[in-house]
Amino acid sequence: MAATLTQDEALFQFLLRMGDNTLILGHRVSEWCGHAPVLEEDIALANTALDLIGQTQMWLGLAGEVQGAGKSADDLAFLRDVWDFRNVLLVEVPNADFGRTLMRQFLFDAWHSIQLGHLMKSSDPRIAAIAAKTSKEVAYHLERSADTVVGLGDGTEESHGFIQAALDYLWPYVGEMFTSDAVDAAMVDAGIAPDPASLRSDYDALVLRVLEDATLTVPDSRFAHKGGRTGAMHTEHLGHLLTQMQWLQRAYPGASW
Amino acid sequence: MKNEWPLWEVFIRGQHGLSHRHVGSLHAPDAEMAIKNARDVYTRRNEGVSIWVVEANNIAASSPSDKGPLYEPSESKVYRHPTFFDIPDEVGAM
Repeated sequence: MAATLTQDEALFQFLLRMGDNTLILGHRVSEWCGHAPVLEEDIALANTALDLIGQTQMWLGLAGEVQGAGKSADDLAFLRDVWDFRNVLLVEVPNADFGRTLMRQFLFDAWHSIQLGHLMKSSDPRIAAIAAKTSKEVAYHLERSADTVVGLGDGTEESHGFIQAALDYLWPYVGEMFTSDAVDAAMVDAGIAPDPASLRSDYDALVLRVLEDATLTVPDSRFAHKGGRTGAMHTEHLGHLLTQMQWLQRAYPGASW
Repeated sequence: MKNEWPLWEVFIRGQHGLSHRHVGSLHAPDAEMAIKNARDVYTRRNEGVSIWVVEANNIAASSPSDKGPLYEPSESKVYRHPTFFDIPDEVGAM
């Protein structure tokens, strides 16, 4: 792939990665709508989901432009199959309990906010503009999810147990956000985006500080599940998610409000 | 109701120069989360520039049954309204 990758193809892949992360996580979080443990959390989660789906429109909208095949953000979201998605595995794992949902959100928000901080300085003004607009939303997502992780971790014995189990389950999905390939190398060369691996030390500093406040124990292992952002292999969960998210456009092609 | 989070009253300032106004209430475990919840519940449509929250049980309120002693005595005292003065025209709008 590396030998034949043009700049536009690499940029398209990069934009899919950004947009698919926010799309799939946005859909996952939206699954809580009407089911969250308290009304206030229900509204907050729905707001987060809407923010992420709004961001998806920008990333996938630009991806469609760069691809030059006349595809809209909706086409990319609703008419691609599972092997064409480029989100990290972390965002597609099921919600399970509230603790796992919030821990997944925190682990993603921390990466997302650092990534957007770098993208605001992107050599591509379209990407810098999206990053500037979305970084304020993401700063709030991070503040909220970090506080909730601390609240649950440093809360009752029961809440601590749930959020520690969530961290143990999700930690092996963290490493994938910092893996690099030919797409990333092309983005670094063009000054469009940072090398993912270079974000790890800032990420660790931020995440470990919050997890310590939350009295949680970070698993020792640096083992990382991979395959989402390259599209090599998603978890079995993504296909199930797409059957729900895409069924209307699949069953009634072109349906609109 | 022992497991319920405390109730917070939410006050939002709509624009600089205006007062904070009571907009509603919500539940939250502490003041910081109450502000965050207020942000999510009450400022989604660009309503505010400042949020106050106060735990509802810290508000001392008058009792509705005291309505008579508290408010009725002033009803018959129209002279307390400054409507009995002749204002010279030169004063202009007051």
